[in-house]
Amino acid sequence: MKVVVLVNAVPDTAATPEIAPDGRTVLTEQLEFVLDPYDEYAVEEAVRLKENLGAEVIAVSLGGNMARKALRCAFAMGVESGVLVRLPEGIELTGRGRSLGLLPTLRELAPDLILAGKQTVDSDDAQVPERVAELLDFVHASAVSQLTIVDTARLLVKREIEGGHLLIDLPLPALVTTEKGINVPRYPALPQVLKAKSKPLHEMALPLGVDLTAGWQVESVTRQQTARRQQIFSGEISTGVQQLAELLRQEA
Amino acid sequence: MRWLVLLEPRGELTPGSLVALATTAGTARLAGAELHALWTGSAAEDVASRLRGLGITTLHAVPAEHLPPLSHEAWLPLLTQMVKDLEIALIVGPASALGKSWMAALAARLDAELAQNCIALETTQGTLRVRKPLYAGKLLAELRLDRQPALVTLRPSSFQIERSGEALPVIAHHTVNNSNSLRSSIKDVVKVSAGIAELADARIVVSGGRGMGGADDWTALRELCQVLGAALGASRAAVDAGWIHHAYQVGQTGKVVSPDLYIACGISGAVQHLAGMRSAHKVVAINKDPTAEIFQHCDYGIVGDLFEVVPMLIQELKAQRPQAA
Ligand SMILES: Cc1cc2nc3c(=O)[nH]c(=O)nc-3n(C[C@H](O)[C@H](O)[C@H](O)COP(=O)(O)OP(=O)(O)OC[C@H]3O[C@@H](n4cnc5c(N)ncnc54)[C@H](O)[C@@H]3O)c2cc1C
Ligand SMILES: Nc1ncnc2c1ncn2[C@@H]1O[C@H](COP(=O)(O)O)[C@@H](O)[C@H]1O
Repeated sequence: MKVVVLVNAVPDTAATPEIAPDGRTVLTEQLEFVLDPYDEYAVEEAVRLKENLGAEVIAVSLGGNMARKALRCAFAMGVESGVLVRLPEGIELTGRGRSLGLLPTLRELAPDLILAGKQTVDSDDAQVPERVAELLDFVHASAVSQLTIVDTARLLVKREIEGGHLLIDLPLPALVTTEKGINVPRYPALPQVLKAKSKPLHEMALPLGVDLTAGWQVESVTRQQTARRQQIFSGEISTGVQQLAELLRQEA
Repeated sequence: MRWLVLLEPRGELTPGSLVALATTAGTARLAGAELHALWTGSAAEDVASRLRGLGITTLHAVPAEHLPPLSHEAWLPLLTQMVKDLEIALIVGPASALGKSWMAALAARLDAELAQNCIALETTQGTLRVRKPLYAGKLLAELRLDRQPALVTLRPSSFQIERSGEALPVIAHHTVNNSNSLRSSIKDVVKVSAGIAELADARIVVSGGRGMGGADDWTALRELCQVLGAALGASRAAVDAGWIHHAYQVGQTGKVVSPDLYIACGISGAVQHLAGMRSAHKVVAINKDPTAEIFQHCDYGIVGDLFEVVPMLIQELKAQRPQAA
């Protein structure tokens, strides 16, 4: 079985990006980048398929130097090779653009299964994998918290939705995005981290002749501020509770 | 100009769908757009009556039982065709788990852009704009949608539904080929939070964190939920400790909620937790550490042991009830 895992690099979740003087772009150069937390689940799942079923696992990322770092993180977790679809610095793609940019590489790799994170935590988008699946004519299931390989041709997945879950039977080739709970991603061991540097990483250029430009304009980016009252009761608890209950009643 | 709203069936019409619809209806009135909706569940007549006065001209439905209501594979061909035949300029869906994945798949089929998780949809002189949180809500981007059709998913930022008039949508019935040719199949639909309000749709959320101290001490918090009609939430620390299922996690890698009231109990206020509740209308924090970060991000706070504060609060709220009646 051939498995492709899609990985993406995102700024560390604790960091706050700065807004450029133009008021429309976000400055991320200064930030620490990490493998997207949801992609860690996808990589872990892929590596388990390698270890348990002998699957061939290839990580694919579209981007610049940060994407290269995401691939190295996947290598350190046990993925054996990777493809970087090179995005020239300074270009930003929407979900549509990214899926179209990844498409030729994925067609060429022709995997049986594609694993991806549920969403990137910078935009909470959740669209690149679903788009890719549709363009490849793969069946797909998003936000999967349990994946069982039934036989060489089928998967059974548990797909989380609000208030419950669905059990879905998917024939291969298929794409699945991973939700928290599917596994506990391993912490890369030092020997693996060292080996990661020498694993094969192929580069691909963006496809030509496809219009990847955005269908929208970012007019402004602002810092989201919610003014809070910060009325704190720190004396006698019973008094604080009475006052709080009264405030809640007034506002209900 | 026609716009289309996707209504999600989880049993009945979801609150998230209704809010997305009401928000879109308000903007459609200003833009002079004719509003259509697609319902993929059964009993379209019942849904139509719930849409009274929302300004929807047509409710599209398929009167067949054989089409699985939650399967995107079953519905996408019809949906794609509808968008083309009706020359739909804007498609709006709820930013729920299913809503987001259906819209992403539809966007690919239409080769269109999709702005997920937006919190506002506006129109000025024929131009459409959306507001979308970035970096877990730390930043807010305003996008001008230039290409048609445009796809948008909306997250509830308020549960106000404005109706004007009594007009009911007309139901348009479609036929779809038998579902036997579907490749994927939904074997089971399992509800886990039966009886307790669903996090993403709840107007009040009560969350517990590491301060809960273990898996056994959630009784008081659950009772507070019951008294308030609230949904239960949790921090990642509580989830990772195995005290509560991850479906309850609020935050960057959990659910994003925008309730009218959010009560954080024994939660320190880490930036990744704030990401999930930043847009709550009012925030209450209960924490025994007066220097806890959460107190910088709340409207009301009580410094104290939650195991003292929560039972007292329950008593107070119960005592208020007769007055309210
Ligand atoms: C990539 C990434 C993603 C993450 N995603 C999320 C996410 O989605 N959601 C999330 O919540 N976190 C997330 N985190 C974790 C986050 O950084 C914090 O570690 C977590 O939110 C802490 O949870 P907590 O506030 O319950 O625990 P703590 O930070 O340990 O705080 C416990 C609080 O309880 C108080 N307390 C203790 N006992 C009592 C008592 N008896 N009465 C009253 N107060 C008491 C303490 O004073 C303290 O303030 C993420 C982290 C990373 C790196
Ligand atoms: N630039 C990219 N390169 C490779 N995979 C990506 C890229 N962007 C997104 N993905 C994959 O798609 C998932 C969801 O991303 P998104 O649709 O952007 O929220 C991520 O978790 C990755 O697995």
